[in-house]
Amino acid sequence: MDRSIAVWVSAALALVVLIALPLGWLGWLSVSGEHGVTLAHYRDAFADPALQKALWNTVVLAFWVGLVSVAIGAPLAWLTARTDVPARGLIRGLVLASFVTPPFLGAFAWVMLAGPNAGMLNTLWRSLTGADAPLLNIFTMPGLIFVVAIYTFPYVYIMVSNTLALIASDLEEAAAILGAGRLTVARTVTLPMVLPALASGFILAVLQALALFGSPAILALPAGFHTVTTQIWSLFQFPPKVEQAAAFSVPLLLATALLLDVQKRLLGRRGYAAVGGKGGQRRTIALGRWRWPALAACLVVMSSAIFLPYAVLAKGAFARAWAQPLGRDNFTLGNFTFTFFEYGSTRAAIVNTLELAVLTACIGAAMVALLSYITNRRLVVGHQLVAFLVLAPVVVPGVVLAVGLFIAYTRPPFVLYGTLWILFLAYLTKEMPVGYAQADATFRAIPADLEDAGRVLGAGRLRILKEVTAPLAKSGIIAAWCFIFIGVIRELSASILLFTPSTKVMSVVIFDLKEEGQFGAISVLGLVMLALTFATVALVQAALGRDVLGARR
Amino acid sequence: MTKRFVVAAVAALAAIVAGAIAGADAQTPSKHLEGARKEGKVVWYTSLVLPSAEKVAKLFEAAYPDIKVEVHRTGSQRILQRVMQELQANIKNVDVVHTSDAGHYVFLKEKKLLAKYTPAGVDAFPAGFKDKDGYYYGLRATVNAIAYNTKAVSAAEAPKTWKDLLDPRWKGKMVTAHPGYSGVIATHVLALVHLNGWDYFKALAQNKLMIVQSANDPATVVSSGERVVAADGGDYSAYQLKKKGNPIEIVYPKEGVPLVVSPTAITAFAPHPNAARLFTDFTFTRDVQQVMADSEGLYTGHPDVTYPADKPKLSELKLLTVTPEELEKRNEEIKKRFVEFFGA
Repeated sequence: MDRSIAVWVSAALALVVLIALPLGWLGWLSVSGEHGVTLAHYRDAFADPALQKALWNTVVLAFWVGLVSVAIGAPLAWLTARTDVPARGLIRGLVLASFVTPPFLGAFAWVMLAGPNAGMLNTLWRSLTGADAPLLNIFTMPGLIFVVAIYTFPYVYIMVSNTLALIASDLEEAAAILGAGRLTVARTVTLPMVLPALASGFILAVLQALALFGSPAILALPAGFHTVTTQIWSLFQFPPKVEQAAAFSVPLLLATALLLDVQKRLLGRRGYAAVGGKGGQRRTIALGRWRWPALAACLVVMSSAIFLPYAVLAKGAFARAWAQPLGRDNFTLGNFTFTFFEYGSTRAAIVNTLELAVLTACIGAAMVALLSYITNRRLVVGHQLVAFLVLAPVVVPGVVLAVGLFIAYTRPPFVLYGTLWILFLAYLTKEMPVGYAQADATFRAIPADLEDAGRVLGAGRLRILKEVTAPLAKSGIIAAWCFIFIGVIRELSASILLFTPSTKVMSVVIFDLKEEGQFGAISVLGLVMLALTFATVALVQAALGRDVLGARR
Repeated sequence: MTKRFVVAAVAALAAIVAGAIAGADAQTPSKHLEGARKEGKVVWYTSLVLPSAEKVAKLFEAAYPDIKVEVHRTGSQRILQRVMQELQANIKNVDVVHTSDAGHYVFLKEKKLLAKYTPAGVDAFPAGFKDKDGYYYGLRATVNAIAYNTKAVSAAEAPKTWKDLLDPRWKGKMVTAHPGYSGVIATHVLALVHLNGWDYFKALAQNKLMIVQSANDPATVVSSGERVVAADGGDYSAYQLKKKGNPIEIVYPKEGVPLVVSPTAITAFAPHPNAARLFTDFTFTRDVQQVMADSEGLYTGHPDVTYPADKPKLSELKLLTVTPEELEKRNEEIKKRFVEFFGA
């Protein structure tokens, strides 16, 4: 018997505990009453008109975010993948930047940009037109949809542009030769081929919107409405209604699972012979006089997602009064000194965040490497189950996972609440699927022949893993490490329920400051978070030799 | 007031306070000092606005360099949530609890979670600042007031009374903080319910207010111009902003202003009990109470504290008060009805 089997089995078991424990508790608590099993918590939750409204708001939000993301992401993908629009590299880079920007920072920045009265864009609009009404009001459902969509469309972009890269131009050209106009070709040939990718991008965007906590908390609560995530969070206020929160989490969990299943079917059905490997020609479409207007349109999108929010954060960091123009009277370094030297929580939070990010990334990368090796090489009985479990957290929104973890780890035998370990478990579980997808792709690309050669020469599995496979997989695993790291430093929706005052992380501190209206300090910490994120992205790019979204350089 | 001036002022004050305490030490060294030194720190959950809380902590650390203050600032209701959640998981972290919801202390006392402790010098405080059983004492007080942006609203147009806020001309132009977060606001809501009934809030909600969380935030929203009238909020945050040159003015409605006395108490399970006592004594010294009155614009129970000339004295205001017992009993009702009217 192979000695290595113990390693594989314990990795798989760790996975089961990681996921089954919190979700098991969540399910149990949602039906447990004083006298055995009850549906009372569900009844309480779903009969409450406030909670019904929150549910409906979430449906509206998620659906529209999906649509807007498609409307932005698909044309951008087509432009950069298929046309001669100028500065394609720049556009891709900016899409990537929007992908990694923490959405709650974007939401916060948009409060400064498009608050109906003090928002800078509205002030500008009024001074230009003399109008009384604001141009934009971010504290509305459309405002919320917009702010969520500009950080969610990259999911559609990635799906569509990767598909477009696999479709040869032959069919499109055949149609063109037969006399079809450019639009007709797009409508009748290209569109049907990318439809599954579009639909699945739509679903991914919907899922993001369902799970988001920070943006609704920043934009919906001031406007007087809740979403499911903010409602679950407020059920934790004293006296906490944890059972109701658990019951209210279940539909979110089911909706996510259902949508992902639909997405999987859509992608699985991609039986079009035309979407093959990388064979065939992909000819660039000349946009002619539309080249520059197309670029301008891309840049408008990107200024909403990147340029304007980043600029306004930078301004907020250096201004005494964020709503006033920056000038000699309104310039200060005080926000920085306050944040770093006077505000006691900052440094502890940065240290906690970095510790957690490094720890989670190291253990997470090791785990996904092992697990994807197991599933790729089919090393244990039930490897399909391992693959299923490792991807399962995708269906668990951060808030829901946090409710489960809170229940599981505030009572014996494992009391972890109050320590960094409960956050660690949350992050590890939550980031596992992303890391696994990366590691899985890596191992798929490494042929088993090399390992077989090692086996023939008498080496054990573990030695082969160390000496043959690991060196080949190195850059892919580093990338997985970085994805996990980025995911951890921006995590808010689970952290907000699991932190204690001595285990605060950066995102929680930013949220705390938001509740008190300390704009300067938030801007400073936001910039720190962005700097950390982009430094890590640079590291991934260096490790992979390509950009994170999947295109070769 | 410039940043540098503030820093210098804090340093100078710290020196004075430290001197005063060292002087006191020479005669009667605090009996908690040695124990506090051994404990090395005190953990303070506080709802005092962040810069003010950090200032008090810095003053203490300047006076007692070998004892650190760990400040955890959040809204009153969140503090109670934290304390109870931690206890449920058997975590004993907090030494001193300071919130603006006096009802919390009734609740905590009943649960036997508070230690009996009478800070030095509070005998002379008025009755409203003292628990009859000796568990908690009012560290500071504020009143809820209306604030308006002077660039957008003239003094003549500005609302003068709570009822003026019901005028449809303020529709979409006001901001309120949240009783589910802030104890100052929970107290405010109850006091105005006494005055005008829940119908007042039902009618107020028709004016579509922007909802923020902290009682400090309405003033920042108004001074930024995002909304022009704050329907509630501690007058001290508006006062501080006004002092810094922001376009904001305070109105003390003539029907009366809800008085919020914010108690402080030491927990029964305090991991650093001596440091907690030393810190509590320190915060009740005249010097620290005077700092709160001067630079923070707060009221205090200390009879010897003097107030800035540009702020009304408490005795000049008609005060609306609620009892801690009623606040505790109606806490759920206050939060629930507010959410019912305002939506979130």
